[in-house]
Amino acid sequence: MGAPATGAAQTATISPSLIHPEQFAQDTETPVTETPTIDPGSLFRFATAGSVDDGKSTLVGRLLHDAKAILADQLEAVTRTSAERGFGGGSGQIDLALLTDGLRAEREQGITIDVAYRYFATDRRSFVLADCPGHVQYTKNTVTGASTADAVVLLVDARHGVVEQTRRHLAVTAMLRVPNVIVAVNKIDLVDYSQQTFDQISAEITSVAQTLGVERLKVVPVSALEGDNVVEASQHTPWYTGQPLLRILEELPTLDESGSGEDRSFRFPVQFVIRPQGAVAQGVDGEHMRDYRGYAGQIASGTVSVGDRVIVLPTGRTTTVEGIDVAGTATQVGGAFPGEQLQTAAAPRSVTLRLADDLDVARGELIAGADDHVPAPVQSFSARLAWLGAQPLQPRARVLLKHGTATVQAMVTSIDGRVDLETMELADATSLELNDLGAVTLRTASPLPLDDYTDLRRTGAFLLIDAQSGNTLAAGLVGQQTGGGVEQQAGDV
Amino acid sequence: MTQVDLSAQQDPLSPQPLGTGEQTALDALESESIHIIREVVAEFDRPAMLFSGGKDSVVMLHLAAKAFWPAAIPFQVLHVDTGHNFPEVLDFRDRTVERLGLRLVVASVQDYIDDGRLTERADGTRNPLQTVPLLDAIVDNKFDAVFGGGRRDEDKARAKERILSLRDEFGQWDPRNQRPELWNLYNGRYTAGQHVRAFPISNWTELDIWRYIEREKIELPPIYFAHQREVFRRDGMWMAVSEVSAPRQTETVEHKQVRYRTVGDMSCTGAVLSQAETVGDVVAEVAVSTLTERGATRADDRLSEAAMEDRKKDGYF
Repeated sequence: MGAPATGAAQTATISPSLIHPEQFAQDTETPVTETPTIDPGSLFRFATAGSVDDGKSTLVGRLLHDAKAILADQLEAVTRTSAERGFGGGSGQIDLALLTDGLRAEREQGITIDVAYRYFATDRRSFVLADCPGHVQYTKNTVTGASTADAVVLLVDARHGVVEQTRRHLAVTAMLRVPNVIVAVNKIDLVDYSQQTFDQISAEITSVAQTLGVERLKVVPVSALEGDNVVEASQHTPWYTGQPLLRILEELPTLDESGSGEDRSFRFPVQFVIRPQGAVAQGVDGEHMRDYRGYAGQIASGTVSVGDRVIVLPTGRTTTVEGIDVAGTATQVGGAFPGEQLQTAAAPRSVTLRLADDLDVARGELIAGADDHVPAPVQSFSARLAWLGAQPLQPRARVLLKHGTATVQAMVTSIDGRVDLETMELADATSLELNDLGAVTLRTASPLPLDDYTDLRRTGAFLLIDAQSGNTLAAGLVGQQTGGGVEQQAGDV
Repeated sequence: MTQVDLSAQQDPLSPQPLGTGEQTALDALESESIHIIREVVAEFDRPAMLFSGGKDSVVMLHLAAKAFWPAAIPFQVLHVDTGHNFPEVLDFRDRTVERLGLRLVVASVQDYIDDGRLTERADGTRNPLQTVPLLDAIVDNKFDAVFGGGRRDEDKARAKERILSLRDEFGQWDPRNQRPELWNLYNGRYTAGQHVRAFPISNWTELDIWRYIEREKIELPPIYFAHQREVFRRDGMWMAVSEVSAPRQTETVEHKQVRYRTVGDMSCTGAVLSQAETVGDVVAEVAVSTLTERGATRADDRLSEAAMEDRKKDGYF
């Protein structure tokens, strides 16, 4: 929306009183004066992908180990298990994969079953790592990990170059519009740190990425086993002028820092209507809160400021933002929240909006910037699906569709094709099987304000859910293809 | 050829960043957790939040209070009392519940032992005994979603559990049959007999929790800070001398300056030697710790590498 998001605006808490701050809790005791410890930068989420023997677990283990995120007791447990299993022929080497394989079946069978989340921090950033297994249900796992990722680290074995699995992972990553892709050309030590080999792989992967519409790509030569270019720049690759993997991860923009223009449109799915009506929070004066009505949600994209014109969708009513409320921080240990009124807030912040007019807005509706490429609500649209259901998708299937905070009945009116992962083109299909990527046309029981996934990831995404079992059937992306627009067919309000 | 910016032509990074650089990791985690809590409250009929008075549940409850402010927290809190809890923590629990005007449901392991529905284990540990009273409380109160303060960095099994975790009527977790969790679109649908466990602070680390406690001025039970206590050494841990954890003949009682890194059943929760008297001291201590919190303080998790997974499969948190 209009106002530039500056640091000052982000943290501004004082504004002309619209909800009478003097009626909020007043903490009269002396505030605590301890200096808070420094907050470790921003939060960066990334996913790893690769085929079976690319050394992904070793790379993840190396990252965690070299970033000092493995503590002594974890290392001891892994060392003990490695020795018990005779890993490395009794050489004392540890199987770094054991650091992430947590389930009994995984440890017993030596496989990775499910996405594992790991956490580490440097002095620049905190990281959430979604470690996605490559071989079992790779689409399901990669889609899950990539859906929330600011970056994907894709492993390629330097000895084998770009293989089919690499193309598939890259296709999924591109379809999910992950803002940053880093290709780690691993086992570079096993090709004698050859620049020529690296350049060939780099050229090939760049070409594939361009075809797929990957936005930002970096290619790094690494040896997870030896630690080359993982955390520290390697002495063995003087021809590589880029940064080591961890330094790149520290500097890449997050999803919310990426993109421009339409990507910054304000979108706010309403989660919950807050009406205290007598049941007020600690320290809040109930008398003065009788008429309070706030719309709670997490900003999906863009920025909102007090005074902005907004539109409520799908109904299309317009109004003005009167206030942006958050609870704020108590001034003493165990104290009540003082209440803060922000001038501006940006994605991905959770806030509560107050609107100027007395509109009856409900959960499931979307508040959008009135000038921000407002999506026309539709009841029929084209989409890409990653099919995750055990049973194949058949045309005319009846499902539930969850978009933002709205869940509506829907029907798959036609299956328009399946992505051929060899050619990346749509091939005719009459059904979609587990792990297929496909194109479909959907019809919904009521209109939805859909963004094209290519423009806005969070409000262009949806789930298909089995109404009987409740299982998640598909990850859905609004729009025909990367770069394509939403096809509006019918049902405009 | 090593680094290519494919977006350079058509989609340059805006010269003016969006401003989320101002949102720190703690801000991002707070917003994510509040979003999860609001989703669950909006989509379920009768949610409840597990609240033990331990630091993770205190932070989770704080986030719930923020999520609905200026309204009160719109659900009940539930505590599974092993009968071996630290008195300081129970006192803190009751004061917090009163301060926030909450309704507390207590499921008592002691009651189950007294009337014979459960039998005391040979090792005296009551953690595994919590599952049955928990499941009964869920059924009796018709709770359809239960918030838990589990964090994925605590344990390798927890690292693989979804934020919304579907449980069958026995409370069992089926790790091989989890729903994919996509974007921030949580699917909380369940069928008759099932319920959902929701873990809104899944992505927080121990250090995040402490930094947030410091930033938000959150009150904690006193045993999280360094104090003098009669302790004895067992299995490499410092155990408190109490009615439920008495030293054996070979174990010597000593006076030590200790604090608790986790707070659970007195019979299996160890203290750590510490001089950390303030939240700031604890943050500094945790930041340089070379042991995980469960590794350092929980006897029950040392049983095997898959101890947590086995308990979760049996319906545990």
